[in-house]
Amino acid sequence: MSPVVRAGRLRGAPEHFLDAGQIADVQSGRREFLRSAFVAAAAAAATKATAAGAGDPAILELPEHSKALGQPVAARGYGLPSQFEKNLQRRESPGLTRVSGASVSFTPLQGLFGIITPSGLHFERHHQGWWDVDPNRHRLMVMGLVRQARVYTMDDLMRLPAVSRMHFIECGANTGMEWGNVAVPTVQYTHGMLSCCEFTGVLLSTLLDHCGFDRARGKYVLAEGADGSGMTRTIAIDRALDDVMVAWAMNGEMLRPENGYPLRLVAPGMQGVSWVKWLRRIKVGDQPFGAKDEVLHYVDLMPDGKLRQYASIQECKSVITSPSGGQTLLDKGSYNVTGLAWSGRGRVKRVDVSFDGGRNWRTARIEPPVLSKCLVRFNIAWQWDGGPAILQSRAIDDTGYVQPKINQLREVRGTRSVYHNNAIQSWKVDPSGEVTNAQVY
Amino acid sequence: MPRFIDWAPVFTGVVLSLSTPAQAGAPFPGVGRAATPAEIRAWDIDVRPDFKGLPRGSGSVAKGEKVWDTRCASCHGTFGESNEVFTPLVGGTTRADIETGRVAALTRPDVTRTTLMKLASLSTLWDYVNRAMPWDAPKSLTTEEVYAVVAYLLYLGDILPADFVLSDRNIGEVQKLLPNRNGTTREHGLWDVRGKPDVKNTACMRDCETHVTMASVFPDRARGSHGDLAQQNRLVGPVRGNGDTAASTAASRDTSAELAKRNGCLACHGVDKRIVGPAFRDISAKYKGERDVVNQLVAKMKQGGSGVWGSLPMPPQPGLAEADAQSLIRWVLAQ
Repeated sequence: MSPVVRAGRLRGAPEHFLDAGQIADVQSGRREFLRSAFVAAAAAAATKATAAGAGDPAILELPEHSKALGQPVAARGYGLPSQFEKNLQRRESPGLTRVSGASVSFTPLQGLFGIITPSGLHFERHHQGWWDVDPNRHRLMVMGLVRQARVYTMDDLMRLPAVSRMHFIECGANTGMEWGNVAVPTVQYTHGMLSCCEFTGVLLSTLLDHCGFDRARGKYVLAEGADGSGMTRTIAIDRALDDVMVAWAMNGEMLRPENGYPLRLVAPGMQGVSWVKWLRRIKVGDQPFGAKDEVLHYVDLMPDGKLRQYASIQECKSVITSPSGGQTLLDKGSYNVTGLAWSGRGRVKRVDVSFDGGRNWRTARIEPPVLSKCLVRFNIAWQWDGGPAILQSRAIDDTGYVQPKINQLREVRGTRSVYHNNAIQSWKVDPSGEVTNAQVY
Repeated sequence: MPRFIDWAPVFTGVVLSLSTPAQAGAPFPGVGRAATPAEIRAWDIDVRPDFKGLPRGSGSVAKGEKVWDTRCASCHGTFGESNEVFTPLVGGTTRADIETGRVAALTRPDVTRTTLMKLASLSTLWDYVNRAMPWDAPKSLTTEEVYAVVAYLLYLGDILPADFVLSDRNIGEVQKLLPNRNGTTREHGLWDVRGKPDVKNTACMRDCETHVTMASVFPDRARGSHGDLAQQNRLVGPVRGNGDTAASTAASRDTSAELAKRNGCLACHGVDKRIVGPAFRDISAKYKGERDVVNQLVAKMKQGGSGVWGSLPMPPQPGLAEADAQSLIRWVLAQ
């Protein structure tokens, strides 16, 4: 069908995306033609004839929602996103895993705003599927080097002093597909094992104190899940006593089943696998526990063949989320370049953005709040002149650590470590407006 | 009078909490309770690298082979070598590695990493099998079966002889044979929040040293690899997703594919690849065009069964709604 356009912009076809012809028009530089032709096209498409040149039919012709009665309250007892937002979904990366019960779904970062991940778009990683666990039958046991091993029901836990904290969670394997070469097209797949929520729960230190843990001998805790995989991870006692939480709520409601309902560990700054879901047991010990997902899987392979065990901390990292790979800029002119930055060691201090592949940098605006081990949103204005550009962002945290380039990471860690790729991300912008995932340094 | 009655329980509560100052949990009276010894035994299943937590017992390689063939081989392959469902468990280790405790092949990019290549603590493998295997029926093996499966895996890896019986008494000696027992490190900056980073960049702002060469770019031929990107981006705003017409046909099949995913079908069946059960494409090729095929297959799916595609049974699916079952089968036959 012929393109239907409105003032200054290409408009989505009825299928809600640009058809092949429209993309071809954009890519062949015919934006200007399309723009100037909007009035005639709009007039032809309008159900009521509007005088050519009079203006935008979206203004001149009152829509149904301005002239009739809308839907009543509580038409949907639990609200849902607009029907026009259905493109933003958690998705699997085809070919990454072979069974969906031991897989990952990625958060659509390309379409999100601010720093909070909507609960339904939080990324998923399950090792043996997810369960919707009855909270009245769920128990947490704290044992090991404690004066009194104790059992807590959810009723018990929710009577304890609660804290609410905002933290990011990032899978250690996030961006892992890109160690060797560019492998996936969009920021959803390069960086989408990343989410950030407000969690409510009790500090782990409160529970350890409550059970009288052995301060002299207790050096590590083991967190264990109640699911089939019985996920276990060792947490050093200084982390456990610092900001680790046992959480039941996320973004103002109870945890979603996919995120460990009714109880999960929140291990700020540490890779996602440490955030044990369906948490059933905390054990205090005097040695690391050597669990499968800290000494066998989730180990970083170095060029000399050594495997780094217990790699936990997610180092400082950032990414531009819009414009980003797989998108097309619709026009020349003003853009708000926006993205996310985070550090597992503390606060993000600064984010710089380059438009020429890292030769020159400008410091972006960081939106408050700037919290420890939490995403921050950055924004920077950009005038696109229609020429080629390479967009990059570079974050610096309050330890002074500067997010590295991919070649700097490779010099030390090679290309096969899978985990902890926090390289600067490049997005290549073509004169056609098309944005592509690229590696530039 | 009513006011006095209201006060009574509060007063009692204060006395109780004051009277038990030494009890653990004193700060939060009424919250939690002591765990019983039986409860602790039931959940305290972890086994540490020094084998603390390992239950007494033993299992032979011969017994392990029997368990393996019925419970493990369908996902991991007869020799633990399969790369079909999960990454391979066995392979890539040598006699020389057993001597040195370092797996030489870990430095070779052309070798797929296997579990035995990475394994440095035998406790981890024992604990892994005990808590999480078999994948679809975790915690269903007996202690003897866990010992036996671990022994059999080490036999497949040429680490133990065929007549070996692994037990809590000799596991420490077997640990000393692991090919990669010396191949791991904790000397890195990512274990501790104050750890020293191993990679350094500087915050140069102007005329920075950079090659600005395109080291790698998303290849044109991979455009359809992640579906239609136009349908993965918002319909409004400064950008649109790049459209890909080749992928749009796949999108139209989404509803039934979603149904298959939601009901767990895709855990065992691939569309074009056998996993535990047959590929949907193979089922379609076999049955398409037969009389009353939809109803026949719906019945088969709901009742489960085995024999047609091998001895591994398909579990019955009684909870599946009739309408969903019908659309699933039509979708399978369309593959």
